[in-house]
Amino acid sequence: MWIAKVVVTYKPGILDPEGKTIQNALTQLGFEDIENLETGKYFALQFGKKIDKQKAEELTRETCEKILHNPVIQKYSYELIEVKA
Amino acid sequence: MKFGVVVFPGSNCDHDAYHLIKKVIQAEIEYIWHADNSLRLFDAIILPGGFSYGDYLRAGAVARFSPVMQEIVRFAKEGGKVIGICNGFQILLESGLLPGALIANDTLRFRCKPVHIKVINRDTDFTGKFRAGQVLTMPIAHYSGNYFADEETLAELEAENRIVFQYCTEDGEVVAEANPNGSCRNIAGILNREGNVLGMMPHPERAGEPILGSDDGLGIFESLIG
Repeated sequence: MWIAKVVVTYKPGILDPEGKTIQNALTQLGFEDIENLETGKYFALQFGKKIDKQKAEELTRETCEKILHNPVIQKYSYELIEVKA
Repeated sequence: MKFGVVVFPGSNCDHDAYHLIKKVIQAEIEYIWHADNSLRLFDAIILPGGFSYGDYLRAGAVARFSPVMQEIVRFAKEGGKVIGICNGFQILLESGLLPGALIANDTLRFRCKPVHIKVINRDTDFTGKFRAGQVLTMPIAHYSGNYFADEETLAELEAENRIVFQYCTEDGEVVAEANPNGSCRNIAGILNREGNVLGMMPHPERAGEPILGSDDGLGIFESLIG
């Protein structure tokens, strides 16, 4: 059984207010070596038993393109992992 | 002239729009439920403000796929007039009926206050009742109102005169200090290329009676009626 782990983040140059706020908090806590912090959204898509890796990848791309990310401001990446049913 | 105002789960300016059209302007208006998949005969559709589907995923991202939106996209492509206000603007962008995106305000705050916007293009179906350069006062109430588009799109919007409203000072100066959310080029409202779809962040439906502090918003709906 395949699971797609999808991460959607902002494109470079797009304001990430949550990331900035967390980074400021970290700086205040003394983590000065963290120069940049990026936030994003995580989605796990679990496919049915009949779906092979190729189909899972196809469906993952399709959902990312259609709804999970907004190409104007975001980019996505994913990995497919196989799990025992 | 018959208006329809869409009701999504989480819409909260649908009643304001209904009240304004029905009671103040005294024109016909009906609510349209988001699950409807047939549009009765309307001349103009209002996509109201609020938090459709909880703004989950991204503001407007889920509403875009509701049954009624498929119909509204078709209605718009056939030349029907559509105005998206605040969350309605976000839905229009997610639907691809307008270019660009709305991201979090650069202030990192929910901004809720009256603002001034300048009528940049009065030669539209939505702004005919205004004077060119007229300064309007109406409220904003949003966290994601920061209009973003790439340089090419911005240049195209400007060249084609599709930037309809820009945030400005009380005196009509379009300057950074008058920009409440970081929007590119102080953009408060834009039009599609065909001129029948308007999206804007400020709320004209909340500025339709003097008791509310301004009735500048009336002009948009009156322009539509003609």
